[in-house]
Amino acid sequence: MRIDCPHCGPRDRREFSYRGAVLPLPEPGAADEAWFAHVYLRDNPAGPIEEYWQHEGGCRAWLVATRDTISHRIHAVRAAAAR
Amino acid sequence: MSALRGGPHRLAAGGLIERESRISFRFDRGHFAGHPGDTLASALLANGVRLVGRSFKYHRPRGVLSAGAEEPNALVELRAGDRREPNTRATVVEIFEGLEARSQNRFPSLRFDLGAINGLLGPFIPAGFYYKTFMWPAAFWERLYEPLIRRAAGLGRAAPDADPDAYERCFLFCDVLVIGAGPAGLMAALAAGRAGARVVLADEDFRLGGRLLAERAEIGGRSGPAWAEEVAGELASLANVRLLPRTTVFGVYDGGTYAAVERVADHLPVPPPFTPRQRLWRIVAKRTVLAAGAIERGVVFPGNDRPGVMLAGAVRAYLNRFAVAPGARAVVFSANDDAARTAADLAACGVAVAAVVDARPEPPPAVAAAAAAAGAPLLAGAVLTRAHGGARLTGASVRRADGGSDFLGCDLIAVSGGWSPTIHLTSHLGARPHWDEARLAFLAGEPPPGMAVVGAAAGRMETDACLAQGAAAGLAAAAAAGFAGVLPELPDAPHESAGRAPLWRVKAPGKAFVDFQNDVTEKDLALANREGYGAAEHAKRYTTLGMATDQGKTGNLNGRAILAELRGEPLAALAPTTFRPPYTPVSFGALAGRARGPAYRPLRLTPSHAWATEWKAVFVESGPWLRAAYFPEAGEHDWQASVTREVHGVRRAVGLCDVSTLGKIDVQGADAASFLERVCLNRCSRQPLGRVRYLLMLREDGFVLDDGTATRLGPEHFLLTASTAHVAHVVSHLEWCREALWPELDVAITDVTEDWAQFAVAGPRAREVMARAVDPGFDLSNDAFPAQAAAEVRAFGGIPARLFRISFSGELGYEIAVPAGFGDAAVRALMILGAAQGIVPYGLEAMGTMRIEKGFPAGPEINGQTTARDLGFAKMMPKEGAYLGRAMAARPALVDPERPALVGLRPRDRSRRLAAGAHFLVPGAGASLANDLGFVSSATFSPTLGHAIGLGFLQGGLAHVGKTMRAADPLRGSEIEVEICPPCFVDPAGERAHG
Repeated sequence: MRIDCPHCGPRDRREFSYRGAVLPLPEPGAADEAWFAHVYLRDNPAGPIEEYWQHEGGCRAWLVATRDTISHRIHAVRAAAAR
Repeated sequence: MSALRGGPHRLAAGGLIERESRISFRFDRGHFAGHPGDTLASALLANGVRLVGRSFKYHRPRGVLSAGAEEPNALVELRAGDRREPNTRATVVEIFEGLEARSQNRFPSLRFDLGAINGLLGPFIPAGFYYKTFMWPAAFWERLYEPLIRRAAGLGRAAPDADPDAYERCFLFCDVLVIGAGPAGLMAALAAGRAGARVVLADEDFRLGGRLLAERAEIGGRSGPAWAEEVAGELASLANVRLLPRTTVFGVYDGGTYAAVERVADHLPVPPPFTPRQRLWRIVAKRTVLAAGAIERGVVFPGNDRPGVMLAGAVRAYLNRFAVAPGARAVVFSANDDAARTAADLAACGVAVAAVVDARPEPPPAVAAAAAAAGAPLLAGAVLTRAHGGARLTGASVRRADGGSDFLGCDLIAVSGGWSPTIHLTSHLGARPHWDEARLAFLAGEPPPGMAVVGAAAGRMETDACLAQGAAAGLAAAAAAGFAGVLPELPDAPHESAGRAPLWRVKAPGKAFVDFQNDVTEKDLALANREGYGAAEHAKRYTTLGMATDQGKTGNLNGRAILAELRGEPLAALAPTTFRPPYTPVSFGALAGRARGPAYRPLRLTPSHAWATEWKAVFVESGPWLRAAYFPEAGEHDWQASVTREVHGVRRAVGLCDVSTLGKIDVQGADAASFLERVCLNRCSRQPLGRVRYLLMLREDGFVLDDGTATRLGPEHFLLTASTAHVAHVVSHLEWCREALWPELDVAITDVTEDWAQFAVAGPRAREVMARAVDPGFDLSNDAFPAQAAAEVRAFGGIPARLFRISFSGELGYEIAVPAGFGDAAVRALMILGAAQGIVPYGLEAMGTMRIEKGFPAGPEINGQTTARDLGFAKMMPKEGAYLGRAMAARPALVDPERPALVGLRPRDRSRRLAAGAHFLVPGAGASLANDLGFVSSATFSPTLGHAIGLGFLQGGLAHVGKTMRAADPLRGSEIEVEICPPCFVDPAGERAHG
């Protein structure tokens, strides 16, 4: 598997580490239920999903990769900081 | 045939062997000779060795079936001692001088094998036997059944000790990867290579040419091998082309990544210096041309596993490529037009052809002509009903088209059930093959992105078509990668007739094998189907069809055809079982590469390592680091004596410890303080300059992520520390917070752990030592530089340093950091400067002991399951602010007063020792989960107090101070009474550190 780092170009997946699905942080003061869902509940979509990957063995940037869980193809990669 | 050097069955002429040189080798007890260019199988056949192994289940005698990687029978052990390698296929092993090979799965010898009794017991060992028999009683499994099965099932023996050879893992990048160097692959590589693309051409064989090496077809007016050699020569001359012979591409992965294993030195007695035995390539290719060829199938008929029954294509390979006659009198049995070539090649090499048996009622004239030319009768519409003989084939029974039977004396049956395209790699990313009725083969479904399938792998069996397809695909692949070229001129080549009819099995009484390696018979498949396991994937598990080292390369399709017939389904409906990597077996050595033993992962050494070694430190692994555990002195015979002396040294005078492994994280920027307030419990914006604070960081779920310190070096500059084992994760977490959560904040995060060497100097006389270490002019008095102060100073005569007044031992303590390159000099200087004060080096054990004496939490307490509250830091949690983990840390269960919280403990009987892991029980309660009140997390002998002490998590926490509990450790069989106390045992008021 290869991830196209927006800073470094396509690199082997061994340079990257995985964090998990991209989820918005609940607003300050959000109800406990919102935090519970944020921390523990995950969708398991069959298809594209946005995930956090860090180019830990490269530029160290946190990236958002859109990966298809069926084909494993990565459709898009952007820097997490670039919204 | 004439008896020549290199074996009595060696043909007088021809072949791609170097007749003038001779190689001696051993097989079991026999001494034999062969030539360069031989495989072990061809050399054995040249010497008349037909019996090469015993089968897995029935221990039936087995001979060489194939001439390639698909071989199910001829599995041998190679080499001796620690280089011994089991389950190698004799058909792909190149012989070398002094090679030792041994047959497998026989006892006491290959000719006389006791396990063959299983053959007589066959009716009692049906498919699913193990599932049915070894079920009950459960207790028998480990002690009786498993050892029994393991002894019976062993195919080969692993080497007794570690492999002495080196293996490598490498990356390779190319525009066009061509897999297979037969006619299609060579043309593809030529087209792409001439266009200027970076080409990698990989082939599992040691000689390029594929099927051309085994056939007599002429290409462009030359012999096939000569043409292949010429093309290979041109490719080798192109700087942009890399040839990888002896290299099997065994797996396809996402993003155009392919895994391949190159057998660099397997064909040599011992790898030359600085040369690996094998190399694992990760090849990243923009485009791929799969020209992997096809694998011939046998036919399922009684006795079809006898030594002497050989695939027809393999017979031609042994005749043409290796100049070996695998028999003296042959029967050709097939239902396709290859029979003509087989008969012609046999006759041309002087092998008598007893008959050409073609299951088709009306074979084409070419087959009849070839049979006639070979002087053999053509038996059309006939089938073989039995191969006779034991370890040696004696003849075959044939059922003629008219229903009558004949016996044909022969010692070789060249059998062909047709060819199956080698499409394994097309399925590794999940695509399902589809059935092509015209070609009687499963062809690739949608191949992996960027891959084109050509030649025999795409079902094209004619040489001219393979050449044309390969050239076009190579050109297209180069163009897609940005290299325009022209189609190479196609050489003249034969257009072999490829007529075929289905021929899977012959219905006749007797044991007919579908899968040779696993001894799966036709009857086993029938049984599996009757018992409800007839679907392809079920049948595989139930009968083991298609398992083990060959993965059913020669048998799967026949098995599937038989199942389809049993189930009354078309073959197309019975999808093949999933192909997964590796295509052929890959050694663990190649997968591990150099990452084994001490090189499994990098070992980090502290800046004081050389000094500590001189001081005879005993080292211990701590995360990725090797750290000094203690420094034994003469006369100290156990570690406790050294640790006790070191602790006393620190508490009574002064000690020195390398703490460089602690993580150091530099945080700078206009928003550094507000960023830190969002990720930790500290009120960093209120933290004074030049002060150190204890730091706690929570995870989003409210549990503690790590602890450390935060030092404010400037208004916009903080230096954090993190625990040795967690620093990588903490840095990554902080970077995630910065980039994913709050990219608008102006903050930069840098891991500076290895940039600084840091030493703790602790003890009542620490100030005297530091006063000499720090350059004059810096006031170290308690007023000027109190506890928790920090400053950037110069030390040791002008070296820039950072000085912290912090203590992990509870004593008056400093930590001094210097650029890592000065670390070795600094530790030596501190020892000299502290000599008058009696400075002692202390290690990780003494440090750990003193932190327990002080009740400071460390790894055993900050274990991912404890909250700030559990650790006694509830007051640190700010009431305001939206820091990470705040909401979840307030969950009712996490603030329950009965939740286990940090306490100290000591044994009632002060002479007893404590063990971490023991569980708290009230006196009188049984040792059960229901009565469990918590556990002991850390325990040590306190030299300061003279008895054991511990830390633990107890329900109700400090409310139990003064009470007696039991610490039960059923695992180690101890149970002792302990007194609960506050977690700090030494100087609870903290006067020493503040003095």
